[in-house]
Amino acid sequence: MSEDAKLKPAPDSPEEMSRRQFFVKVGAGSIALAALGTAAFSYEYLSPNVLYEPSPVVDAGKPDHYAPDSVTLDPQTAIYVVRASDGFFALSAICTHLGCLTAYKSDLGIIACPCHGSKFNKDGVKIEGPAPRPLPWLRMWLSDEGNLMVDRSQAIAIKQLVRV
Amino acid sequence: MANTADQLVDQVRESRIWRSIFRSGKGDSNLHKSLFVQQNVFLHLFSIKARKRTVEFSATWYLGAMTLGTFMILVITGVLLMLYYHPSAPQAYADMKDLQYVVSSGVFLRNLHRWSAHAMVFLVFAHMFKVFYRGAYRAPREFNWVIGVVLLLVTLLLSYTGYLLPWDQLAYWAVTVGSNIASAVPLMGAKIRFLMLGGTAVNANALLRFYVLHCVILPLTALLFITVHFWRVRKDGGIYAGDHSSERSER
Repeated sequence: MSEDAKLKPAPDSPEEMSRRQFFVKVGAGSIALAALGTAAFSYEYLSPNVLYEPSPVVDAGKPDHYAPDSVTLDPQTAIYVVRASDGFFALSAICTHLGCLTAYKSDLGIIACPCHGSKFNKDGVKIEGPAPRPLPWLRMWLSDEGNLMVDRSQAIAIKQLVRV
Repeated sequence: MANTADQLVDQVRESRIWRSIFRSGKGDSNLHKSLFVQQNVFLHLFSIKARKRTVEFSATWYLGAMTLGTFMILVITGVLLMLYYHPSAPQAYADMKDLQYVVSSGVFLRNLHRWSAHAMVFLVFAHMFKVFYRGAYRAPREFNWVIGVVLLLVTLLLSYTGYLLPWDQLAYWAVTVGSNIASAVPLMGAKIRFLMLGGTAVNANALLRFYVLHCVILPLTALLFITVHFWRVRKDGGIYAGDHSSERSER
């Protein structure tokens, strides 16, 4: 017991550590720092900086191509160009449930999702189904050439029609 | 004739080359048998001795062994399928069709891979239920149950990542739906989906990531945990043979 007491550091210097304890702390600290760095580098490496994905801006062509009171799906870009009686608007065709491509049923006048049965009306408003939100309206404008342009990355909160 | 064959086997087992690989040598005493198991890197994962009851069909219905069997079929057929498959869009779909219609025995290997995958998922669940209803998950085998759950998850992830590789409509929309489910994770859902797909949509990057996961990362993970799973069976006292009272009555 008395020998143990001799080996322990004096109680009046609690911050004193042995050489071994010091190097263990330095070693463990370095490994922790290296692990953090590895995690950060891995995360950065796994996140691509450049994406070779199609542009979110879509040229939907001349307004005259769309018949009055029509809903036209472009499956490649996953947008609906809707020509209402007083103007145009663009609707995302991607179901807000789990991302399937919806389809317009002209006989029923509704937009339906084949995956889990969500239904929307022509304005994107949800009628039924598991979808949590309506189909978003996308920003649409007329280009200088008079083409309808749609930005798929920008949903608009206030519904506005593009009048031609 | 039988005598000379036995002598030949003994001669081989006594030869210097054989003894350099398998140290136990000739003879079939219990010591020889246990040395044979102990000194083999693969066999030493298993118990040296097993109760007769544990190797009977009724004890396990051989569900774990059959799961390993399907896994081995999947590794072999999978490696063979890799020889004709390019993980790039849209080439992957054409390669899958080539495997079905052009490559000799391609359709056989592809279907063998597919049905073994279905069988493995079924067998993993059946194995889990069997272990659960027999109570074989209880002490001292709790940790092996946990490893089993990890293996169940790895099996399901292998199924899921393999599902995208044919690059057909079914694959595309299944992974679209699946990656959107992942994005429902609170706070970092969108980031998880981005890392998983290597982009914002299911495209060439997603195909390549799923391919690497399916062919390298997940099989190696499975192999690692399978090894520990088998070794733990030995360490936890062999395959569960029933509770102690029945063990005593069998003796």
